[in-house]
Amino acid sequence: MGQRDELLQMSNVDKVFNGSVEALKDLNLTVNQGDFISLLGPSGCGKSTALRLIAGLMRQTSGQIIWNGGLNEGDLGVVFQEPTLMPWATVEQNVWLPHRLRGKSMDDVRGDIMWALKMVGLENFQKSYPRELSGGMKMRVSIARALVTQPRLILMDEPFAALDEITRHKLNNDLLMLRDKLKCTVIFVTHSVFESVFLSDRIVVMAARPGRVSAEVTVDAPYPRTEEFRTSADYADLCRKASDALHGAMNQHGERASA
Amino acid sequence: MSVSDMQPPVVDLEEQQFARAKRRESIAKWALPAIMLALAIYSWDRIVVWNDIPHYILPRPGLVMQTLTADWAMLSDALWVTLKITLMALGVAVVGGVGLAVLFTQSRYFEMAFYPFAVILQVTPVVAIAPLIFIYVDNRLAGLLLCAWIVAFFPILSNTTLGLNSTDHNLRDLYKIYGATRWQRLRYLQLPTALPYFLGGLRIAGGLSLIGAVVAEYVAGTGGIGSGLAFRILEAGYRLNIPRMFAALLLIAVTGVVIFTLASLLSHALLHKWHESAIKREN
Repeated sequence: MGQRDELLQMSNVDKVFNGSVEALKDLNLTVNQGDFISLLGPSGCGKSTALRLIAGLMRQTSGQIIWNGGLNEGDLGVVFQEPTLMPWATVEQNVWLPHRLRGKSMDDVRGDIMWALKMVGLENFQKSYPRELSGGMKMRVSIARALVTQPRLILMDEPFAALDEITRHKLNNDLLMLRDKLKCTVIFVTHSVFESVFLSDRIVVMAARPGRVSAEVTVDAPYPRTEEFRTSADYADLCRKASDALHGAMNQHGERASA
Repeated sequence: MSVSDMQPPVVDLEEQQFARAKRRESIAKWALPAIMLALAIYSWDRIVVWNDIPHYILPRPGLVMQTLTADWAMLSDALWVTLKITLMALGVAVVGGVGLAVLFTQSRYFEMAFYPFAVILQVTPVVAIAPLIFIYVDNRLAGLLLCAWIVAFFPILSNTTLGLNSTDHNLRDLYKIYGATRWQRLRYLQLPTALPYFLGGLRIAGGLSLIGAVVAEYVAGTGGIGSGLAFRILEAGYRLNIPRMFAALLLIAVTGVVIFTLASLLSHALLHKWHESAIKREN
C-alpha cells in the first residue's frame, strides 16, 4: 500500500446507549483516500453503529470523527442491506434523489444519472419501476444512487447479504471493477469472511460487548482481483487468517463474559 | 395474444385447464352479479304479483321505474342537492383530513393535543350531534355540510396519518444523510408513501359522506325548494307514496355505487404502475 491521503480519522470514539450499553468503545480508525475497508464481526459488535456515526445519523458519546477538508454535500454515498428504493419512482428518479434533495432539476443532472446507471450496467432500465427489476438489479440501482454525486466515501452496510450466492459474486466482481475505475473509497460492513477478503485491502475485525476493534488484517493481494483469485491458494490463506482473527474476536468476548 | 394463440405451441392439458378456468372466471366476474341482480328483481316482481301485494305496501319494480321517470324533474333536483352536499363534504373532508394528518406528522405535540378531538367527533353518532348543529348554524347548507363532513373526514385523517408515518426507515435515514429539508421529506417521501393509504380512506369516506348528507337531511327535515333525496323519501312516506320512496332510494344507492366506483378507478389510475395492491400476478 503506497502512501495515501487521509480522508477520515476516528479517534477514541465511544457510543453508549441507554446509559449502559457500550455499542462502541475506544474506536480508532483511519480511512485513507482509495481504501477499501471491511468491518467484519459478529452481530452486536457495533459495525453498523460505526457506519451510522460516520454517516452522521447519530452522535458519538465521546471521541472525535474528523473529515479531512470537512464533510460537504455529496461527499457521502450510502448503500443499505435493502435496496431502499422508492417504489413509486422510476429507476432514474431514484438515482436522481441525492441531487434532487440539493435542489437540482432532472435536466441539470441527467448526464450524472446516465453515467451512474452505465457504471452499474443499467443504462437501458432508466424508465423501469423497481418492482420490474430483480433483487440484484435493485441493488445496482441503489449503488448507482450512491455513486451519482461522485462521493468521497461510500458506506455499504451488508449490501449483498440478502442476495443469492451467484448474484453476490457477480456484484462483488462488479464492485471491484467500479472501484478500480473510480478510485473511490469504500467502507463495507459484512459478516462474511470470504466477501471481506475478496473485496478489501484492509479488514477491521471487531468484537462485541463492548463493540471494539479486535484486530486488523491487511489483504495484500493485488488488484484487479478476478474469479481466479477466488479459487487461489492465496485467497484461501487470507481467508484462514481473517477467519482466525474473527474467532479470536469471538473468544475475547467469551472470556470476558465468563470472567 | 390471439395471434400467438393461433400457432401450435406446446400447451399441455394442465395449461389448457388453467386457460379454460381463467376464461370462465373472467366471464363469471361480470355475468354472475348481473344474473343474480336480474333474478332478485324478477323474484321481487313475482312475489308482489303472486301475493297480490298492493303497490302502497310494496310496488313492483316496473312501477318504481315508471315513478322514477314520471317524477324525474323533482327527483333529479333532489338528487342534485344531495349530490352537491355529498361531494362538497367529501372535498372538505379530503382537504381537512389530509391537512390535519400533515400537521399531525409534522408535530407530535400537535397530534397529542388534537387527536382526542378528532376521535370524539368520530365516535359520537352524527344523528346525535346534528340537532344541535342545526340550532347553532343558521345556514341550512352549511349545517348539512358540517354533518356530512364530521362523518367523512375521520377515515381520511386516520388513514393518511398512518400512511405518512409508514415511511421506510432506511429511506428516512437516506433522506437525512442527503440533508433533506422537512418539506422535501414530506413531499418526496411521506406523501407518496401515504397515497395508497389515503386512497383507501377516500373510498370509505365517499360512502360515509353520502350517509352523512342523508342523515343530516333527515334531521334538518325542512322541505321546500332545495331539499334533497332524503327529504323526498320522508315526504313520500308521509303521503304513502311508496313507489316514489323506492325511486329515491334507488337513486341514493346508485349514487353510492358510482362514488365508490370512481374512487376505485382513481385509486387504480394512480397506483397501478407501482403499488402491490394494483399488480396482477401470474400464477
